[in-house]
Amino acid sequence: MYNDKVVEHFSNPRNVGEIPDADGIGETGSFKCGDTMKLYIKVEEGFITDVKFQTYGCGAAIASSSMLTEMVKGKTLEEALEITNKDVADELGGLPPLKLHCSNLAADALHNAIVDYRQRHVDDQ
Amino acid sequence: MNNRLIYMDHGATTPLREEALDAMLPFLKDEYGNPSSIHAQGRKVRQAIEEAREKTAQVLGVEPLEIFFTSGATESNNIALRGAAISRKDRGHIITSSVEHHAVLDVCRDLEKEGHRVTCLPVSNEGLIDPLAFEEAITPDTFIISVMAANNEIGTLQPIREIGEIALKHKILFHTDAVQVIGQMPLDLKTLNIDLLSLSAHKFNGPKGVGALYKRKNVVIKPLYHGGSQERKLRPGTENVPGIIGLGRAIELAAAEMPAKMKHLTFLRDKMIEGLLQIKDVILNGHPVLRLPGNVNVSFKYIEGESVLLSLDLAGVAASSGSACTSGSLEPSHVLSAIGLDHHSAYGSVRFSLGRGNSEEDINYALKVLPPIVERLRQISPMNKTK
Repeated sequence: MYNDKVVEHFSNPRNVGEIPDADGIGETGSFKCGDTMKLYIKVEEGFITDVKFQTYGCGAAIASSSMLTEMVKGKTLEEALEITNKDVADELGGLPPLKLHCSNLAADALHNAIVDYRQRHVDDQ
Repeated sequence: MNNRLIYMDHGATTPLREEALDAMLPFLKDEYGNPSSIHAQGRKVRQAIEEAREKTAQVLGVEPLEIFFTSGATESNNIALRGAAISRKDRGHIITSSVEHHAVLDVCRDLEKEGHRVTCLPVSNEGLIDPLAFEEAITPDTFIISVMAANNEIGTLQPIREIGEIALKHKILFHTDAVQVIGQMPLDLKTLNIDLLSLSAHKFNGPKGVGALYKRKNVVIKPLYHGGSQERKLRPGTENVPGIIGLGRAIELAAAEMPAKMKHLTFLRDKMIEGLLQIKDVILNGHPVLRLPGNVNVSFKYIEGESVLLSLDLAGVAASSGSACTSGSLEPSHVLSAIGLDHHSAYGSVRFSLGRGNSEEDINYALKVLPPIVERLRQISPMNKTK
């Protein structure tokens, strides 16, 4: 059901945890399947310098969270905002159809984290 | 990677046992005759089918002519419920429970669309139905009650003796889906009032695609299909001969081994439950005592069942999350919702269904690999309050 890359990210997820002094925190969840993701970002001069996640969900949810954190590090906020859930799934080499619209929410969590960052730093801009 | 493979999903299906395979093989090869034919090849096969019918009848404590071979429990359930419904002149009333398998619930829903009324009664937090509630739900046009003998997900054993007595008192048909109990527990229809019973061979180490419907003599239900006179016209179509032979051999052996197996599985089950409850924030789903010998179902708080299954699979342990049929969908299982589990506890549920071939060593291994899996997933989860 899952390809090797998904299983690898599920087994060895990158960037798990919290950033206590995060510059932005984004949460998202699927009411239908119960998955919940929390994403923390550190931002320096418009670049995402660190990112960590916590995810409650199935293998696809954990793997896509992990994948996203790898994709986003070092990117500008504008570049990060362009990442879609589909990009994350593609980078993982695909997800089962049933999981595509349910567990694949990492990009949404990221976008929420960027919105949170911008709200907190409204004066800087 | 681990090379160990431990199968703990016997509630989904069981491996075909050698003896059943050996019994089947001649009928996939040399004994190809049609049991309805008059010639020697046909007669030989007919005799083998009738022997399988006798074995099945003997195990249930009924007469051979009360056994009808089908393609499995789904078909048996459909014939029983729909067959009873279409035998009536008018629309009527059906009583069932909220924790039945979809092969009962969805038939009832379909009949509801056709004008029958369906009462789907709730269960307790442990998954038990209340026989008194069934009696109270009876109306003058109630024609059938359908209650499973044991729940496939949480293992709760239903009071089918009491339900049977109520059905008898009110002259209502009583159907039970008994797929999970055959081969695990005694079920003597001589002492129970059951009119219709469904069973499936692959749940007791027989082949897939074959099952049976027990129909008490004198109970009249109409067939769903029309064709030849096989299975006394209740289920026409040339018989699944190898399947039926495999079923007969498997049920005969399962019944002979049942007392020892029941004791062994109960021991393994209780050991496993005890070990799982040692892990922090684990709850047992189902009834602590009125429970299938091989059924373990727990919820791991703060984590999701599928991620546990995937981790277990990587460690060589095959289990399931709720019903195997449910795990392909995204909705929480209707059974776990019916016992009042909140969404997250329902999502965190894992079923280990033990069976023939499982050993104490298997339980020890599962109990050894699980705590680090749970710990790891909880470390990833934002809901973990225990960190």
